[in-house]
Amino acid sequence: MSSDAPAAAEAGIRIKTEVKPTSGPVPDASVAIEIQGVGIAYGDNQVVHDVTMDIPEQRVTAFIGPSGCGKSTLLRCLNRMNDLIDSARVMGKIRVKGQDIYAPGTDVIDIRRRIGMVFQKSNPFPKSIFENVVYGLRIVGVRDRATLDEACERSLRGAALWEEVRDRLKDSALSLSGGQQQRVCIARAIAVEPEILLMDEPCSALDPIATVKIEELIYALKEKYTIVIVTHNLQQAARVSDRTAFFWLGRLVEYGSTSDVFTKPREKLTEDYITGRFG
Amino acid sequence: MAIQITAHDRRRKVLSRLVEVACAGSVMLALAPLALVLYFVLSQGLPALSLAFFTNMPKPVGEPGGGMANAMIGTLILLGLAGALAVPVGIACAVYLAEYPKRRLAQAATFAADILNGVPSIVIGIFAYVIAVLPFRRFSALAGGFALGVMMIPIVVRTTEELLALVPPSLREGALALGATRGRATWSVILPAALPGIVTGVLVALARVAGETAPLLFTSFNNQFWSVRLDKPIASLTVQIFTYAIAPYEDWHRQAWAGASVLIGAMLVFSVLARTVTRRLERMHRP
Repeated sequence: MSSDAPAAAEAGIRIKTEVKPTSGPVPDASVAIEIQGVGIAYGDNQVVHDVTMDIPEQRVTAFIGPSGCGKSTLLRCLNRMNDLIDSARVMGKIRVKGQDIYAPGTDVIDIRRRIGMVFQKSNPFPKSIFENVVYGLRIVGVRDRATLDEACERSLRGAALWEEVRDRLKDSALSLSGGQQQRVCIARAIAVEPEILLMDEPCSALDPIATVKIEELIYALKEKYTIVIVTHNLQQAARVSDRTAFFWLGRLVEYGSTSDVFTKPREKLTEDYITGRFG
Repeated sequence: MAIQITAHDRRRKVLSRLVEVACAGSVMLALAPLALVLYFVLSQGLPALSLAFFTNMPKPVGEPGGGMANAMIGTLILLGLAGALAVPVGIACAVYLAEYPKRRLAQAATFAADILNGVPSIVIGIFAYVIAVLPFRRFSALAGGFALGVMMIPIVVRTTEELLALVPPSLREGALALGATRGRATWSVILPAALPGIVTGVLVALARVAGETAPLLFTSFNNQFWSVRLDKPIASLTVQIFTYAIAPYEDWHRQAWAGASVLIGAMLVFSVLARTVTRRLERMHRP
């Protein structure tokens, strides 16, 4: 993130999150996801129109925009979660590391293993913390106890939760607080070591302290993962992301480095939204 | 300013009171049969109960004493058979209905389950007689278990289906997002989440068919002797009560009352068991 970003964050509520500037401007990272002319429709109702953008590898890309602008819908297409909705139709091309994920014969299960997802509302399974974290490993047939233990600890450390739950891995994940549950879900997603992590408003149901923890986590996670995050919280987008995409009425209005989008937006619409004139 | 109490207000209060009394009266009316049944069965049955009743076999006519040990075991065996049929079939069917609610087969099955639920138990008995007794030319425990199982299936299907529908869809999404197949998500996340309720549903269904007599009359028939063979007629509490109650012997009447109180006691144990098991399972699943 460039050094202009803190200024953008200044405008809003300041939470104790350091916006750590990465060393210098980040030059062309390789592309993780290519989105080309993507439109998405539910039945006759087209909700995303002609979106073209490249999402860089090992960066945090934020999708912002008012409710109903299609940002979550687009996100859910990136790991084909929209397949669950019968009427959903996707046009255009989405390539993940060069592979067209909507090509006929694509293994959806494999796509979802490579692209993890964290949901708006934390959804831990009614199982122990341990079983939640290793679920993704169990379904690919990992049985070895040592491997599972190791993966559990690594993922919980990765999700900054290990110290809090190390003595109670056998307890139900539902006995944890909301913020802890969301971090269990993040641990669960990173346990399978995906290449990309999609986050659909991961903090919208959390209090500010839990939010800070998750944000710090996102910051740490981008060392290893490509992260795409949908957020309603503009300060959050400014704090955690490297690149920001602004959506409005199903169209991509502006996409650029976060500092540019927040400090010198090219489009009037973006500026109005960011300065709180609508949305 | 003082509040004026008008005639209208007074009438309103009286009406409110009347409705309250009427409601309370209805509750009493609803509870009265239950209380009376319990009173009659227990007042007649408890004096006839003894340890021997639980451990002894029926005595021949004229000989006093004897018990219903074989009938109690018989009822347990019949319930085991019924459960072995209805639980897997019922849960599998409910999973299908929950997964593919829009398919025509699912809609037909839902409708069929509702109809089957309302079929008089004697009709189920005749059906089981034709299917499971006539071809083998003998009454058997298996046929009785089959009849009770057929009665249980719709209850298990409907309760399980309802409970599966209550599991939040976000759990399924979470599992699928981790690369689980649909079947895997159902098996390892959805079903366990609904498990406490499913267990209650199964126990309630068992308690419901445990009290059935009609479907057993011409399937498992009855047996005055000790038998745990599945291919032979087997005694059951309900049929034994029926046989004793319509007989002209004073001693058998007493035994029938005693059998009835055992049956009612077993129901009570069942519902307490259902509650404890459910609560224990829920503790695993909730904070």
